[in-house]
Amino acid sequence: MRKFVRGNEAVMIGAVYAGVDAYFGYPITPASEIAHAAAEYLPCLGKEFLQAECETGSANMMYGAASAGKKVISASAGPGMSLMQEGLSYLAGAQLPAVVVDIMRAGPGLGNIYPEQGDYDQAVKGGGHGNYKCIVLAPASVQEMCDLTILAFDLAFKYRNPAVVLADAVLGQMMESLILPEKVSDVPDTDGWAVKGRKETKDNLIFSIYLDADRQEAHNFLLNKKYEEMKKDARAESYLTEDADVILTGYGTSARIARSAVDVLREKGIKAGLFRPITLSPFPAKELNACATGKKIVVVEMSNGQYRDDVVLHLENKEQVTLFNRMGGNLPKVADLVGVVEKAAEGKA
Amino acid sequence: MIKRSTGLYEQFSRKGGDALRATHYCAGCGHGIILKLIGEAMADLGIQDDSVFVGPVGCATFCYYYFDCGHVSAPHGRASAVATGLSRVLPDNPIIAYQGDGDLGAIGFNNAFQAANRGDNFALFFVNNSIFAMTGGQMAPTTLEGQVTTTTPFGRDTVKAGYPLKVCEVFETLEAPVFIERVSVADTKRIMLAKKAIRKALQIQKEKKGFAFVEILSPCPNNMREEPVKAAELFTETMEKTYPLGNFRDRSEKPVPTPKGVPLKNEKELIGGGKETVATKNDPSFKERRFKFSGFGGQGILSLGLVVAEAAASDGKFVSWMPSYGPEQRGGSASCSVRVGGKEIGSPTIDDPDVLVAMNQPALERFASSVREGGTILYDSSIKTNIGFPAGVRAIPFPASSIAIENGVSKASNTAFLGAMTGLGLLPFGETNIKAALAESMSARPSLVEPNMRVFETAMKWITDNLRP
Ligand code: SF4
Repeated sequence: MRKFVRGNEAVMIGAVYAGVDAYFGYPITPASEIAHAAAEYLPCLGKEFLQAECETGSANMMYGAASAGKKVISASAGPGMSLMQEGLSYLAGAQLPAVVVDIMRAGPGLGNIYPEQGDYDQAVKGGGHGNYKCIVLAPASVQEMCDLTILAFDLAFKYRNPAVVLADAVLGQMMESLILPEKVSDVPDTDGWAVKGRKETKDNLIFSIYLDADRQEAHNFLLNKKYEEMKKDARAESYLTEDADVILTGYGTSARIARSAVDVLREKGIKAGLFRPITLSPFPAKELNACATGKKIVVVEMSNGQYRDDVVLHLENKEQVTLFNRMGGNLPKVADLVGVVEKAAEGKA
Repeated sequence: MIKRSTGLYEQFSRKGGDALRATHYCAGCGHGIILKLIGEAMADLGIQDDSVFVGPVGCATFCYYYFDCGHVSAPHGRASAVATGLSRVLPDNPIIAYQGDGDLGAIGFNNAFQAANRGDNFALFFVNNSIFAMTGGQMAPTTLEGQVTTTTPFGRDTVKAGYPLKVCEVFETLEAPVFIERVSVADTKRIMLAKKAIRKALQIQKEKKGFAFVEILSPCPNNMREEPVKAAELFTETMEKTYPLGNFRDRSEKPVPTPKGVPLKNEKELIGGGKETVATKNDPSFKERRFKFSGFGGQGILSLGLVVAEAAASDGKFVSWMPSYGPEQRGGSASCSVRVGGKEIGSPTIDDPDVLVAMNQPALERFASSVREGGTILYDSSIKTNIGFPAGVRAIPFPASSIAIENGVSKASNTAFLGAMTGLGLLPFGETNIKAALAESMSARPSLVEPNMRVFETAMKWITDNLRP
């Protein structure tokens, strides 16, 4: 089955097919259509939708419902994501699965409602207090808004860790064809850790406090081990990289703009390719180095070099990187990007 | 002999250390008494196995050492929000939250207040000792006027630090709570009344009757720097002037209100109503086409784009549709960008369209210069403009609005443009698909289909009559 839908709606379609139990959220542009879809779908499925009093509230409602082993989701943007960071830290500390969708808008502060990618560090590097990481997935199409929401639930339950679907206002607002998922995901077995109000789960305990320094340290090592294990779930997509002399890289909307630029460059006879991470955390470092070694790299992003910094961090050869970025709600233009790549390819950048 | 259950573990092994039967609370602390009262009531009501207890941050963080039931330890101030989440997904289980006065009265007040206002289905025990006990005796919202704390060394000055917060009285203004009572555990007589209120709140939770709130005045001898008996006496004397004990509300005998029903559906019924999947066909020979539709909001710009997009998608093309976004969307104007290609679409936005449809003057003047060489501009012939068009671009004034009016559907200019684009061969993905997509776009108002089809045909004919040799 095919439907022509908005990215934001595709998120909720994905959540429904992932078997979501509850949505807790506070409205914010440009993410609100996710809440609208949740409010329309979930009650009809006998599931829970609740408009929370604020994002601090919604994150903690998720914490409560996730404690019972339920599949929970929320969506927000910029300022709302900031308020959710407390909850994300607690979710990670207590090893609870939850999915949060960030439809990034321009910032800092109130910023505006237009697309940006300035929440990269917040999502990928932790954002809240303490030693933790979220799983971060970066869709680049309406289809992926749905599919990666489903994957986010799978990974969140596999690792008992919060997962962020990091999209932006373009992906949230645009419409494309969506091939609907075939079936609803299974209910995972959570009896081993969840508190469900049943005798068998009575001795399970959801908490993140360790008064003893050694126990807290051990807990942090355990979380870190989990983040190491996640690396095997890193994903990326390459487009025409095999024979490329110059690699463009970006995620989400930037990756789509880069893909258009690659096509233009190829027509001009410049061997360009695209490396697009699908998971930002874990970062597909192996895949990046495999296709980028010895080549010029042009990073495209709608933020101030946050993604570039990670590319540099993970690259074996750090000399090869040029940044091309736009901010404030302005999108990088294909023609401008083509110009930057041409210069880089000639070694002038 | 069968030992009577206390609702608490026999040994507090989660606590660790040697004294596995002693609590971690100071001697004479009200928390210890409240703990026993809640535990006993849970055991007597037989709800231990089914209950989920949500603990706070404060001196009572470690209440999970003691209660023999499922336990979730909440962030500071968030026990009410966490209990809300739990009560929504475990609607039949007793959910019990426990918060101190810093936790509930300060950082988490809105979460608790909103939960009370929604009538979220859990029991909330609010322990008021008029101070931040665990973090070193700072002022709480409940701190009494003139009371000396570590952050009010000269006594709480109500001019600068506000007045003691009376949570029962605030919650009493709300419709939804079922039960509100203030009790104290400062002496035996008061403990008996507290026991009754706690039991009542849990009974209400056992029957899932709604939000039940019990504020418990609880002395903190440690921060009062008094020995327990003296502390309790002093506590009662000072606290009850500001916080009078008593029941504020008991609606537990009233029938539980039920929410309005919604039609129940399964996933397929709800969202499965898509079209038969037309596989997208990789066709590198199909040159990508970029359409920009622009005009005023309300002229059907976005739906014109959607009809084109849907027609192309049902022909197996790759398609993206993007509404006007960013600085472009000003002064009531609307636009959308549609890309149709034979392979995966890159950027969904369009800087240089092949086809521009402009339904008003500002749109025409804004976008005309962006149209690429070899492209087409279609604009309503009623637009008066003297801008020059870029070289190599075909600009066609087209009487869309008059055609729409002629056919009795003045709002169908967008359909006229659709007909014109079809007539000009600008939409290379099948007239049948275009007409089907047009009809489908009006599925909510079937009476409009027929006149719109007339508009479409008239527009096609106009192109043949006027522009084809
Ligand atoms: S500090 Fe006060 S509230 Fe905390 S345990 Fe001691 S007496 Fe009780």
